[in-house]
Amino acid sequence: MDLLAAFWPWYVTGPLIGLYVPILYLLMNRHFGISSSFRDICAAAFRPTARYFQYNWREHRWRIVFVAGIAIGGFLSHPTLMGAAQSEISQQTITALSSLGVRDFSSLVPGDLFSWSSFLTLRGLLLVVGGGFLVGFGTRYAEGCTSGHSIHGIATFQRASIIATICFFLGGLFSTYLLLPLIMQI
Amino acid sequence: MIYVIVLALGIFFGMILTNGEVISWFRIQEMFRFDSFHMYGVIGSAIVVGALSMLLLKKFNVRARTGGPIVIEKKSLGKGTVIGGILFGIGWALTGACPGPLYALAGNGYPSFAVALLSALGGAYVYGLVRDKLPQ
Repeated sequence: MDLLAAFWPWYVTGPLIGLYVPILYLLMNRHFGISSSFRDICAAAFRPTARYFQYNWREHRWRIVFVAGIAIGGFLSHPTLMGAAQSEISQQTITALSSLGVRDFSSLVPGDLFSWSSFLTLRGLLLVVGGGFLVGFGTRYAEGCTSGHSIHGIATFQRASIIATICFFLGGLFSTYLLLPLIMQI
Repeated sequence: MIYVIVLALGIFFGMILTNGEVISWFRIQEMFRFDSFHMYGVIGSAIVVGALSMLLLKKFNVRARTGGPIVIEKKSLGKGTVIGGILFGIGWALTGACPGPLYALAGNGYPSFAVALLSALGGAYVYGLVRDKLPQ
C-alpha cells in the first residue's frame, strides 16, 4: 500500500474531497457538511431541551456514521504515515513558529503544544479547550464550516458561504498574528 | 446498506484528510501565513470539482438515488454568518483543525484532539442553549 504510506499532493486530495459534494447528493440528497454532526451528536446523546435541539436528528443519523468513519479513517492512516513520509512544511512557517517557541516539528501537530501534559498549562487549555469550543460554537452559529460553506456552499454558488469563508479567514488571521503569539508567551 | 456505504465514505474521507495533510496543524499555519499553496490548492480544487460536478448533475437532470430531484441546501445569510464565521476562524487557527480534521485527529490517536472534539461538542451545545439570545 504505497499510496497510504505517502502524503498526497493537493491536486489529489482536493478533487477527492470535492467529489463528496455530488456523491452525498446523489446517494441521499443530503449536503456535504461536517459541523452539523455536532448538533446531531448533542441532540442524540444528551437530549437537551433547548429548541435548537428539537428536530428529528434520526433523519441525519448518516452524519454520525460518516464522522465515526472519519475517525476510523484517521486511525487507519496514521501508522502507515508516521515515519514513512516526510511532511514538507515551508521554511518561512517553520522559522516563524520557531521564533514563537514551537520546538517539535516531527509530527502533524506540534507535540509540545498538544501533548497530555499540555493540559496542565493555561497555554494548552486555551489552544485545545478554547480553540475546540470556538470551532463548535462558531460553526453552528455560522451554520457551516469548511466543508459545508467553503466547499459545498461555494461550489453551489451561495453568497452566504463566500461571506462565511472570508470571515473564517479573518478569524484565522487574527488568531495567527495576534492570539497565537500571546498564547505562546504564557 | 446505505449506512455501510456512508461508513466506507467516512473512512475514506478520514484517510484523505490524513494523507492529504489537511489535519496538519502546520499546514493550517502555513495557509494563514500565506507561505504555501498546499491548502489553497486543496480547498480550491475541491470547490472546482464540486462545482463542475454539481453543474453536470443539473445539466443532465440527474435525480438522487432516493428518488426526487436533487435539492441543494440553502445557506442563509445573517449576523451569525459573520460573527460565527470569525469565531470559528479563531478556533480553526488555534487548534489547526476544522470539524472534519477534529474527528480524524481524534482517531489518529492524538489524545488532546479527543478533548478538542469534546470541547467542540460543548461549543455546539452552548450555542444551542444561548441561540435565542444571539443576534441572528
